[in-house]
Amino acid sequence: MIDNFIALLADALEKETSDVNRDDKFRNYEEWDSLAVLSVIAMIKTNYNITIPRKDFDELNTISELFEYIQAHR
Amino acid sequence: MGAKIKQVEYYLPEGILTNEELEKAYPEWSATKLEKKVGIKQRHISGPNETSLDLATRAAIKVLEKEDKDLIDFVLFCTQSPDYLLPTSACLLQSRLGLKTNIGALDFNLGCSGYVYGLALAKGLINSGVCKNILLVTGETYSKFIAEDDISNRSIFGDAGTATIVTYSDEDQLGEFIFGTDGIGAENLIVNGLSARNSYILKDVDRPTLYMNGPEIFNFTIETIPPLIQQVLSKNKLQLSGIDYFILHQANKYILEFLISEIGLDKSKCHIDMLDYGNTVSNTIPIAFKDAFEQSKIQEGDKVLLAGFGVGYSWCSTIITI
Repeated sequence: MIDNFIALLADALEKETSDVNRDDKFRNYEEWDSLAVLSVIAMIKTNYNITIPRKDFDELNTISELFEYIQAHR
Repeated sequence: MGAKIKQVEYYLPEGILTNEELEKAYPEWSATKLEKKVGIKQRHISGPNETSLDLATRAAIKVLEKEDKDLIDFVLFCTQSPDYLLPTSACLLQSRLGLKTNIGALDFNLGCSGYVYGLALAKGLINSGVCKNILLVTGETYSKFIAEDDISNRSIFGDAGTATIVTYSDEDQLGEFIFGTDGIGAENLIVNGLSARNSYILKDVDRPTLYMNGPEIFNFTIETIPPLIQQVLSKNKLQLSGIDYFILHQANKYILEFLISEIGLDKSKCHIDMLDYGNTVSNTIPIAFKDAFEQSKIQEGDKVLLAGFGVGYSWCSTIITI
């Protein structure tokens, strides 16, 4: 399941899937900017049908944390 | 009795801020990436002594070239960057344009939803017999609120003014409206400083400053707009297939493309063009309307769905017949 999420996230960030790992802190990616945030929000809405409030999002750091949050709230 | 849009004109300030200029100022920022994703190449920026009233005046002069200005019996002015806290910009505009003095004039403070709200107000005034020919203007200079180092907002927002004549007609060409308001989003798009809340004292900044929580505004948009479109269709007893053209607030290309795909709209029927203007707040819909008409994307008899959404939060949609 998380592999699929990683593939979707890599696509949203325009990165190679092999360069994205579950323990990565996504904000440290070179590609992470205000436009990347929009892409990730859109990807999560399209594929998991949820939006994440900013205050919750700001507390998520790694890709697996983001994935677990989505699983818990979808 | 009914109301219709008779004319629309717009005015853009001469000052232009290009992506290349922004790229020079912020070397880590990519103009190519911005243009590709957000669909903005340049934005018009008002001069230091050029205000929302000036922009709206220029647009109003254009629209009145083809009209008898003595027929105007009400002025509605939508702005969030008025020349003064008081007096009312609409009163100054009446005087500048030499409109009659026995007319009504008022400002209303709304952002990206404002134009559609203005059409609703105009329809109400006309259909209740209060007046017959309304000058609805929008004027916005968000650039004056944006900090020099705020690349995100500088790259998005542009200044502009528009003027629309809404007049009485035998058949109602402005359809039913759906409104929305949720003040819980106030903090996500706000100009801090120089407010009664702060006793009009600017702290730590030399001018009022725009703050936008982009991700939260995007969340609001994708949660609110798809149901809004369904509601306005239902209230007007129409289906998606009965709409000839869609003009949503031109926030940015990325958001529009997302909404189009989420709602399942035919992209060829949707206006996406803020390349040379940026997001001009309450001006985007009348600018798009005028452009679409000039480019023959819409013509007489067409049903056009309009939807504005943003700061407040505030949103509004209607379906008009051209």
